[in-house]
Formats: sequence, C-alpha cells, structure tokens
Amino acid sequence: MSNNIKVASQDTRGTNVFDFSVPELTEMTKKLRRHIITMISTAGSGHPGGSLSAVDIITALYFKIMHHDPHNPRWKDRDRFILSKGHAAPALYAVLAESGYFPVEELTTLRKLDSRLQGHTDRNLTPGVEMSAGSLGQGLSFGIGIALAAKLDHHDYQTYVLLSDGECEEGQTWEAALSAAHFKLDNLNAIIDRNQLQLSGWTQNIMDIEPLNKKWQAFGWHTIEIDGHNFDQILTAFEEAKATKGRPTVIIAHTTKGKGVSFMENNVEFHGKAPTLEEAKRALKELE
Amino acid sequence: MTVEASTREAYGRTLIELGKQNKDIIVLDADLSLSTMTHFFAQEFPERFFDCGLEEQNMIGIAAGLAASGKTVFATSFAVFASCRCFDQLRMCISQPKLNVKMVATHGGISVGEDGTSHHAIEDLSLYCSLPSFTVIVPADAIETTEAVKAAAATYGPFYIRLSRPKTPLIYRKGHHFTVGKSITMKQGKDITIIAMGIMVAKALEAAKMLADQGIGCRVINMHTLNPLDEEAIIKAASETKAIVVAEEHLAHGGLGSRVAQIVAREKPVPMSFVNLKDRYSLSGKPGELLQRAGLTAEGIEEAVKQVIQKK
Repeated sequence: MSNNIKVASQDTRGTNVFDFSVPELTEMTKKLRRHIITMISTAGSGHPGGSLSAVDIITALYFKIMHHDPHNPRWKDRDRFILSKGHAAPALYAVLAESGYFPVEELTTLRKLDSRLQGHTDRNLTPGVEMSAGSLGQGLSFGIGIALAAKLDHHDYQTYVLLSDGECEEGQTWEAALSAAHFKLDNLNAIIDRNQLQLSGWTQNIMDIEPLNKKWQAFGWHTIEIDGHNFDQILTAFEEAKATKGRPTVIIAHTTKGKGVSFMENNVEFHGKAPTLEEAKRALKELE
Repeated sequence: MTVEASTREAYGRTLIELGKQNKDIIVLDADLSLSTMTHFFAQEFPERFFDCGLEEQNMIGIAAGLAASGKTVFATSFAVFASCRCFDQLRMCISQPKLNVKMVATHGGISVGEDGTSHHAIEDLSLYCSLPSFTVIVPADAIETTEAVKAAAATYGPFYIRLSRPKTPLIYRKGHHFTVGKSITMKQGKDITIIAMGIMVAKALEAAKMLADQGIGCRVINMHTLNPLDEEAIIKAASETKAIVVAEEHLAHGGLGSRVAQIVAREKPVPMSFVNLKDRYSLSGKPGELLQRAGLTAEGIEEAVKQVIQKK
C-alpha cells in the first residue's frame, strides 16, 4: 500500500475506509491517469479514452465513499463497485493497485499472457474485481442481484454500477432500469459516464440517447446531474444518492473522453487505441 | 399400463423442499411461474421469489449478482427463452465467472406441441453444451427430475436442467439413485447400444423390447448428463456392443448425438446412427403427432437399430 494513504477511523461497519480530501483525490487521479497511459501503451492495446473519463468517479468511490478492505476483497459488508463498462478496466486496475489490492508493479502486466489483469475485467482472476464484464449492458442487472441480496440479508452496503453512455443503447440496460425501480432498490446507485463518445463517433450521431435524464426519471429513478470531473460535485452526488430512499439513484456524470491528455480529449480515435510510445511520453508529461 | 408424471411439477415441489432446507435458495422466473411451477415456491417463500417479468436477459444478470452474493439461485423460464433469448448473458455472467446459478427450463423439445416452432426448444442443448462451465442434464422422468434438481442445489456451479411440458412416462421408482455425470444402464444387451436422454429413454426401452422379440439384444443407456459426458460408459458400449444408436429430442447438431459421436470417433470407432430432429423445425400439433412425424418413436429407434446393425 502506498505511504500517502490516509486511513479513517472505524466506520459503522467496523473497518477502516479511505478518507481522502479533495486535494488528495485530485493528486491521486493524476497518478492514476499516468498509470492508465503507461499500462495501455505498454500493452500496445486497450481503451484509454473511457478509462480517463471514468477514473475520477472510480477514485472518489474507492478513496472516499466506499467501505472496502483491500486485504479482504470479498469482505461481506463491503460496498460493491461494478464496472459495467468493462473496457475501462485499466482505470479500475489502477485504483485497485493504488488502494492496495495488488502491487502497483503488476499494472504493466495488463493484457499480457498469464496476467491477472485481463483486457476486460475477470472477477475470478483479479482481487477486488466484482464482475466479469466486457459485453456491454449487463452490469446494472448484476448490480440488481447484489442489491437484492443486501436487502434479503439485511446488510446495509451500497452497490455502485458504472455504465458508459453507449450502454444506454443496450436494451438490457432499460430492462434493468425498469426492474431496479420496481424492486425499490434504494441501495443501488448507477453512474453514467456521459462522455458523449462511443467507438464510431458521437452518441448523438450513432444512436441518440437524449433526453437521458427524463428517460431515467420516467423509469422511476432519482436522477442527479454533475460534472464528472469535479470532486465536490461527485462527493455531494454520492451523499445524496445514499440518502435517497424508496428508489434507486442514477448520477449522470458529464465527462470528457480522454480527460487530462490534451490530444486524447474528445478524440474518438482514442476510444480503443493505445498511444504510441511517443504519444505516451507526451501524455505523461502533461500529467506531471 | 404406463404411469405418467409431470417433470415440471416435480421441479416445483422439489424447490419447496430445498427452500425449507436452505434459506439461501432464491428462485427467479420471467412471468411464467404458473407454467413452470415455480409458483409453489413463490407461495411458500414469497420473500425469496422474484418475478423478473419479461426480462430474461436481465434475469440472468440478477441471478449472477445474487449468486456472487452467496445465494444458490434457480432461474426458470421456458427452454427457448432460457437459452436462445439470453445466450450472451449466460456466457458472460454465469459461465465465464462460474457462478452458482441453476437454469431449470421447462417446455423443452417439440413435445411442447401446439404452440409451434417458436416455442420448440431444439437448439438449447447445443447452446448450453457449448458453454464450458455448465453441467447439462435432461432427466428421463419426474423422479429423476427431483434427484437432478437436488443434486444441482448441492453442487456448486452453473447447471442447465431441461424439462418437458407434457407428463411423461415414469421409468424410475422413488429412491432412484442419481449421480451427476454417471449414466445409467437400464438394460444389458450385446448386439447394439441405444443411448438416450429425456423422453427418449422410455421409447428406447420400448424399442429394445420389440427388438428382443426379433432376437436383437439392445443395451439401453440413460445418458441424463450431457456435460460432463460419461465417456467411460460410451467407450465400453462401443467396445462391447460394436454399434450405437443415439436418440434425442433435439436438432442433429451439437446435442447428445454429436457429443457421443466425438467420443466414439476418438476412442473406438463403430457404426452409429442417430434418431433426432435432423436439421428441421417442427410444426404446431399434438406432442404425440409431432414426435410421430419426426420419427422420435420406439419404431423410429427400432428402424435405426436395424439399419446400423447391418454395418457391423
């Protein structure tokens, strides 16, 4: 575990959680963005754009919001984070490594033969990974199962599911939206990484999903819209989500694909393309 | 006279028994519980039953999430919807992570009858057998269904159990000994082996009786588990009887016939023949009429045996 990690006192579930301040979170995401660039450029393939747009949200969850224990990844009272957009695996791996689930040095084994860090997440291989994902639109359903189990067992853990905006084109996402509200799962929280870009272009041109907020509201969800790179807004939204009773909450997080690296920002080319070594060098310089 | 019983009712009743023993058993259905008989469980344990509505894909994800939280999940629908409709979800959420979900599907095969082609699950076994983690079982009658469902509950990992719509002949008595992956030799014979599953086991026994009267001794094997396959019994049958007929209520490709043939080709090539639905969809009609039309009868098996035995 890194030395700069501040550990809070015991929470209600009797274990330590990370309790980063906003400046600490900001500092951490710089480091995580550097990991993402290094990992993907070393691997020679991967999805930098959607990893960089999502990493602030994942960081806020693991270093401030969620109750979890890197030394006991399957602790039964942990809050659960489901990465439905499995191609953003590098962002999750970087967070898991920095929070102590496995050594940071392991990050550069991404996508290599026999690595625990698969191209898309694998719950049986990587400590801390909850769901095997990669085929889009399935994470919210998985999250419903976990949230139902929490209700059945009278556990008060929260379940967080991070979806891409492209996943809002998948029919199953809306099946899940319908049923989560039907089951009144107020312990289920969805976050949409609304970076407006998918593999082939702008979501608006490929398959328009707007009005997104109204759609989720119509499906019975409490909705919150935020700037997905602003930690104050991210943290406030998670507090509001947790306090919402009787229905699930969706946080529509407006983000920038490739955030933090000038030539990757809003550049669809970097949806699923690794930076060259020269590009990686430039990116790392920007992220110093 | 043949006594008949419903495999899906046996499933529904067994779920209650399991629910009483284990509070972590959860049952999901997709708006078909009155037909699939999961409504018995729903009445007994309403808090542990979730109707997912007409959302089969979502149901698989929910099942996986519950299983990842330590539950033993039974998810049920008609066999067509529980296989074709949600195949990617089965692959991604259950098979790859090897989660403890039991897919029990009723209304398998063409014996569904009048509802017609859209409702005839005749691709399901091929699909499920292609998923490496799934144990795939087709019980031969209601009593074996009870045993298979209990075995699935007691064994960690993904299962697919295919049941029927109509009542089917009882071939076992209470106390029937069932082991996952271990076939049952129903009748010894030295001239040929008939390997069957599900409703075809009773028909294979009938065929064996008719053939015995003609001096042909048939070994009859109930291959209730398609995956993992009882290779030992197949190799033994090929070695000892030197001819094999496989009978199944499924398309020709990817089901029991294909799987047995692969073992026979590799280990002990002998003449084989196949009684199945070939490469064709069926029609609306009474179950008996459809089975007759497709040749899934004792007579159909008898004919296949006579043909293949000449090639020995």
